[in-house]
Amino acid sequence: MLTLQILVNGLVLGGLYACIAAGFSLVWGVLNVINLLHGSFIVLGSYFALFAYQSIGLHPFLAILAAAPLFFALGAVVQATLVNRVITAPVLLTLTLTFGLDLMLNNAMLVAFTADYRKLTLDPPLGVLSLGPVTVPLDRLVAMGLALALTVMLFLVLSRSRVGRAIVAVRMDREAAALMGVDVHRIYAITFGIGALMAGAAGALLAIIFPISPIASTSYLGKAFVVCVLGGLGSVPGAMVGGLALGVVESFGALAFGPEHASTLSFGLLILMLVVRPTGLMGRKGYD
Amino acid sequence: MTSRTRQIVIALAVAAVLAALPLWGSSYWMRLGTFMLMYGVLAMSWNFIGGMTGYPSFASAAFFGLGAYAGAIAQKHGVPIALAWLWAGLLAAAFASLMGAALLRLRGHYFAIASLVVAEVLRELANAATDLTGGGMGLNLPVPQLASVEAQARFFFYAMLALAALNFAAMLWVMHAKLGFGLRCIQQNEAAADMLGINTTAYKTAAFVLSAVFVGSAGAIYASWVHYIEPPDVFDVLYSVKPIVMVLLGGAGSVFGPLVGAAVFLALEELVWRNYLTIHSGVLGLLIVLLVLFLPKGLLSLSSRLGRRLGPSSS
Repeated sequence: MLTLQILVNGLVLGGLYACIAAGFSLVWGVLNVINLLHGSFIVLGSYFALFAYQSIGLHPFLAILAAAPLFFALGAVVQATLVNRVITAPVLLTLTLTFGLDLMLNNAMLVAFTADYRKLTLDPPLGVLSLGPVTVPLDRLVAMGLALALTVMLFLVLSRSRVGRAIVAVRMDREAAALMGVDVHRIYAITFGIGALMAGAAGALLAIIFPISPIASTSYLGKAFVVCVLGGLGSVPGAMVGGLALGVVESFGALAFGPEHASTLSFGLLILMLVVRPTGLMGRKGYD
Repeated sequence: MTSRTRQIVIALAVAAVLAALPLWGSSYWMRLGTFMLMYGVLAMSWNFIGGMTGYPSFASAAFFGLGAYAGAIAQKHGVPIALAWLWAGLLAAAFASLMGAALLRLRGHYFAIASLVVAEVLRELANAATDLTGGGMGLNLPVPQLASVEAQARFFFYAMLALAALNFAAMLWVMHAKLGFGLRCIQQNEAAADMLGINTTAYKTAAFVLSAVFVGSAGAIYASWVHYIEPPDVFDVLYSVKPIVMVLLGGAGSVFGPLVGAAVFLALEELVWRNYLTIHSGVLGLLIVLLVLFLPKGLLSLSSRLGRRLGPSSS
């Protein structure tokens, strides 16, 4: 029965990981940019939810709706004004640029919010759900449900909407998409905006589960890396599968080797996957 | 003069000026000088794999930390200090050749991430292996038996200078040898280089090992110098990022670029540290952003651009 409980814990965690990684994977896949700002965007989303709840009592689940347009605008502006200028440069330059931007954003958050861990405590608490032998905290369950819903929404936007098809087209072949009348730089800005939106929304959800601090950004970023490589880069189903797989592996790994080795385990898995199967579990070309 | 003789003459002049630093420098300048040489080693080493071969390696922190712990543990077990430094460099090189066999098959972002993660894994392992490394408590090193604090500062300064000189000589040799030519071919077009008979696997592994061996020794010298190391200190991701920034600053793939970049970077870092302690990482980030956006080919490209503008004679 313990196995079942651990499996459920892993899947709940994995749903959140999928949401963390979906936007990161999208930006990586479409722009060929590793957005090292992603972790800090997530933490910023958490602070947004925290302050919205503390000041005007806005429930974190509703704060997502307010955070979405703000983070989209933030991401689109960063891409349009900064990243677009070096988008065709070698990998190293874009990577270094987002690293520099992340240092600035993270330092700004440290100065503004300090490094102290804060906790968003819902009042009244949501309680737990017990199904036979398995117990799940309700806040985690709802957060996971919303995270998966967001990820599915991203999938639908990409596969159904006009702008989504344009994003997929740019990912498949930039030159051809430009010839078909797609404004590539505008699509880049929109894509980066969507990536930031997913990060901010994920952060707002995580605020009710994990302690909030600017220091947490690197660990979120690390999770996003691992999920992308596990599931396969640049596809929403890949992020979903990778996230759930990582959640389950971490839960069982913590049981087998002790919780202090959870991140070593996931990073070891990352290197192994990169060497053995760099396309990921769901790997194939094309974003859809 | 051929370009190589000119480079050697300039390098000797720079080395002579640096070697004279202890004659007049206060302990503050000695500390800065030692750091500058250490940064120079990091930047020149990264130049092998990143600048010449074009592989965006983020493994410097892994080699640095590995060398620091290898040297520190060897010294704790009574190995003489110079041997401990040598052993640290060799261990880092052996580790790089093993990791290279797996990682160098990856390209672009995948290689960057895999190399970044190696340092994270080593840090976690160093944290967990409490018996060997002291874990999160850190590791204290024996203080060398020297007459005075000044003598110690001189000792570590000259040690770092010797390592930097060795590293520079290796870089100069590689650049003018067949190996350097092959690495530049790989940077421009790996598939074509492979087709023309360059053993790309062996060449890339050689570059990766070269980017590790001096950094490993530098980590060990650093550990002996500061007497105390802990995992988050020596496996800091900034040890991977700073060399890249320095090389970008100075100009990738050039002979003096990494050294110029290291000196300029250290000067900027020192100014920022001294004046804006709480926002120093933010200012560092701003510098990086400005550098990438406005000066992606490095400071040395400024002089050639300026030269072109002033007239054809200076080219």
